[in-house]
Amino acid sequence: MNRILIDLQHITKSFDGQMVLDDLNLYIRENEFLTLLGPSGCGKTTTLRILGGFETPDQGKVIFDDRDITNLPPNKRQLNTVFQKYALFTHMTIAENIAFGLKIRNKSKAYIEDKIKYALKLVNLEGFEKRSPDSLSGGQQQRIAIARAIVNEPKVLLLDEPLGALDLKLRQDMQYELIRLKNELGITFIYVTHDQEEALTMSDTIVVMNQGYIQQIGSPEKIYNEPENAFVADFIGDSNIIGATMIQDKLVEILGIRFPCVDTGFGTDRPVDAVIRPEDVILSSPDKGRMEGVVTHLIFKGVHYEMEVTANGYEWLVHSTGMFPVGTRVGLDVDPFNIQIMNKPASEDEEAVKTDE
Amino acid sequence: MKNAAKKFYVFLIFVFLYAPIVTLMVLSFNASKTRSKWGGFTLKWYQALFGNRDILQALFNTLMIALMASLVATVVGTMTCIAIENMKKRTRTLIMGITNIPMLNADIVTGISLMLLFISLGLKFGLGTILLSHITFSIPYVVLSVMPRMKQLNPSTYEAALDLGAGPVYGFFKVVFPELLPGILSGFLMAFTMSLDDFIITHFTKGAGVDTLSTKIYTEVRKGIKPEMYALSTLIFITVLILLLLVNRAPSGQKEMKGVKL
Amino acid sequence: MNKTKYKLLGTPYFIWSAIFIVVPLGMVFYYGLTDRSGTFTLENLISVTTPEHSKALGLALLLSFAATLICLLLAYPLSMILNGMKVNQHSFIVLIFILPMWMNFLLRTMAWQTLLEKTGVINSILSFLGLPPLAIINTPYAIILGMVYNFLPFMVLPIYNSLSKIDPNVIHAARDLGAGGLQVFFKITLPLTVPGIISGITMVFIPALTTFVISNLLGGSKVLLIGNVVEQEFTQASNWHLGSGLSIVLMLFILVNMVITAVFDREGEGSVL
Repeated sequence: MNRILIDLQHITKSFDGQMVLDDLNLYIRENEFLTLLGPSGCGKTTTLRILGGFETPDQGKVIFDDRDITNLPPNKRQLNTVFQKYALFTHMTIAENIAFGLKIRNKSKAYIEDKIKYALKLVNLEGFEKRSPDSLSGGQQQRIAIARAIVNEPKVLLLDEPLGALDLKLRQDMQYELIRLKNELGITFIYVTHDQEEALTMSDTIVVMNQGYIQQIGSPEKIYNEPENAFVADFIGDSNIIGATMIQDKLVEILGIRFPCVDTGFGTDRPVDAVIRPEDVILSSPDKGRMEGVVTHLIFKGVHYEMEVTANGYEWLVHSTGMFPVGTRVGLDVDPFNIQIMNKPASEDEEAVKTDE
Repeated sequence: MKNAAKKFYVFLIFVFLYAPIVTLMVLSFNASKTRSKWGGFTLKWYQALFGNRDILQALFNTLMIALMASLVATVVGTMTCIAIENMKKRTRTLIMGITNIPMLNADIVTGISLMLLFISLGLKFGLGTILLSHITFSIPYVVLSVMPRMKQLNPSTYEAALDLGAGPVYGFFKVVFPELLPGILSGFLMAFTMSLDDFIITHFTKGAGVDTLSTKIYTEVRKGIKPEMYALSTLIFITVLILLLLVNRAPSGQKEMKGVKL
Repeated sequence: MNKTKYKLLGTPYFIWSAIFIVVPLGMVFYYGLTDRSGTFTLENLISVTTPEHSKALGLALLLSFAATLICLLLAYPLSMILNGMKVNQHSFIVLIFILPMWMNFLLRTMAWQTLLEKTGVINSILSFLGLPPLAIINTPYAIILGMVYNFLPFMVLPIYNSLSKIDPNVIHAARDLGAGGLQVFFKITLPLTVPGIISGITMVFIPALTTFVISNLLGGSKVLLIGNVVEQEFTQASNWHLGSGLSIVLMLFILVNMVITAVFDREGEGSVL
């Protein structure tokens, strides 16, 4: 494991009396691709802006490389930001845009020219020096914004929903590009997005946030397969989240039917939430499943079929490569290791569970 | 047909707006001293103009006041816009409301209100009081033309500059200022024009013996306006017209150049 | 971040506007509501009801109302034509209307005397066309003409501005949904330009209502408007209290106008600039 580069300690921030971040604690390791993921208003952008120095936390500290930089202005920080809508300087050429930070640091002309060449090559836009930002497409502008940031050799690159304004195809291409860039540069990327697919594709670590609290921190696999609460389960991919009762260790009752599972330590006869991913629901003939249901909707999605199956009073979302026409009676089953058991939130408020890690 | 009618309508309005201007230009070449009679072509009023100390002094006063008032208004107005942009909505509304007062209030009321102020402050009426008044009514023009630019500004560009290592002042002049520049320039131009053309507020805030072109013309109305005045206005108008045509050409020329390079 | 620092940049203007905008207005109210001995009185306000003053105010209202209406009727079609001409340089249009201001406004107004004279240019043309001569010089009609002439640009610019801001697709959408030319105008274009119209009305009505120069130059000395009364109180009669009192009455009209503007033009869409 790499050493810790950034440590956010007890960060609290509110705007006009509205709490945006509440006692947020988070550390980021060197050379990590960390994604802050959450719906709009969850505090992810504020966290990024505190890192960049554009907001000062009401309380708490930002430790960078063992130094307290909480009150350091943005121009004095060894971080660079790629902004949401690129924020290119439209009255300057591409070369002038990229040279902006280097000129401030009084780098030599030759050095700056080398750097511009290098950066443009890195983002696959060689020969664009003399052009104006207005003449570029969204994807190209985004690459320039990245080039402009990385020529300053920051230790950390902050990316604020950088792909949000691009169309789907371009967004996917840029995802690979960003992973390649990160590997080539060998620096830390902190990435903000509300797109779970982007987060799952690129990140080493995902931080799921909601309402100013961290909901879960973990690898993409862990976040996807073992969501810690209903919010994470719901936000990451489609899920069947069903109220259930934990009968005993490794046995849960869902909609009146007992399913074997692998979770332990929830006690006996306790109400819990069970999370079952749509692709983990196994459809078969009515007599074979643990539960019987009727297909009510069917959509072809390319890789798979998406179906809604009503069984025991619940509408199950099912992804399957096999096709069952609407009206078909089917049997439903789930493998024990595909059932994820979560504690029920005690109240609505607690759905945004506080977590320190 | 329809198009011709539209063009004719625009033409008529154009004639309406510019007929008096053409009249004044013609009068400046009129050998007869009375306005109502054409006495043949002459350039003598132009010659006389350069010997008329009073008119030249009034011209100098007018230009100096317009230049100083619009410069001060531009700097102060732009600073104000930056401040307003960083304010809470309620303070912002209050400031913009106050800024709108000189714009919406009648010039005569603005004029007498300033006159009452200067009297109670015991200020000596003269160029100073005129300048203070002109700055006051010029700032709103700058604020109102810079503010929309300020709002269009992507706040991230300034943050990007800071992020890349620029200090606040450097970042402002390198990144924000160029974006605001068209608004600042048009604000300056508006302020200059309004100051130049103002009569009413100057009328109430000037001292005896101090004149701008406007007040000088007003005092001459009864006695009959000296034809030199027509000559002077013609010269000013033609100069401005040429300048504006040049300025209006320059940016479009640049754009073409830019396009060629791409 | 360091928002307070930026806020400090506003300090010069805040102080300036307090001294040169707010305090002077306060003084007008002070003078308007006191008599020479400094005691509170409504006398100055009430004096507007004297026959002489109410006649001046009534005439000013009538003339400025007529001028505003004429400006609106002239400016709206003009703005539509200009907008339809697709002159890609917005600034060019502004320029055409701002340019005349570079010739002194008093001189320009004076020039109408020359044009309107019995043997002036206009009457020469009229008689050439076999039409009866126009004898409006030194009448209220000449004042209306002067008002329209001077303030027309202030009506055109905001209306043109709000017209040019209409997304052409909105018009296309209305057409697509079956609206005819007139329906598009009354249901889409006109409502969308209300902020511009209101702003234009304010920009024309207020200076027209309060003018003393135009009436002086084109009305001879026969026509007295409320602006002339106020001006005389300050420059000749030196009764500042009465002048201020009448100014307060004028400001009531301005206030009503400001409120209407604020209601219709929250976004500042109809601004001149």
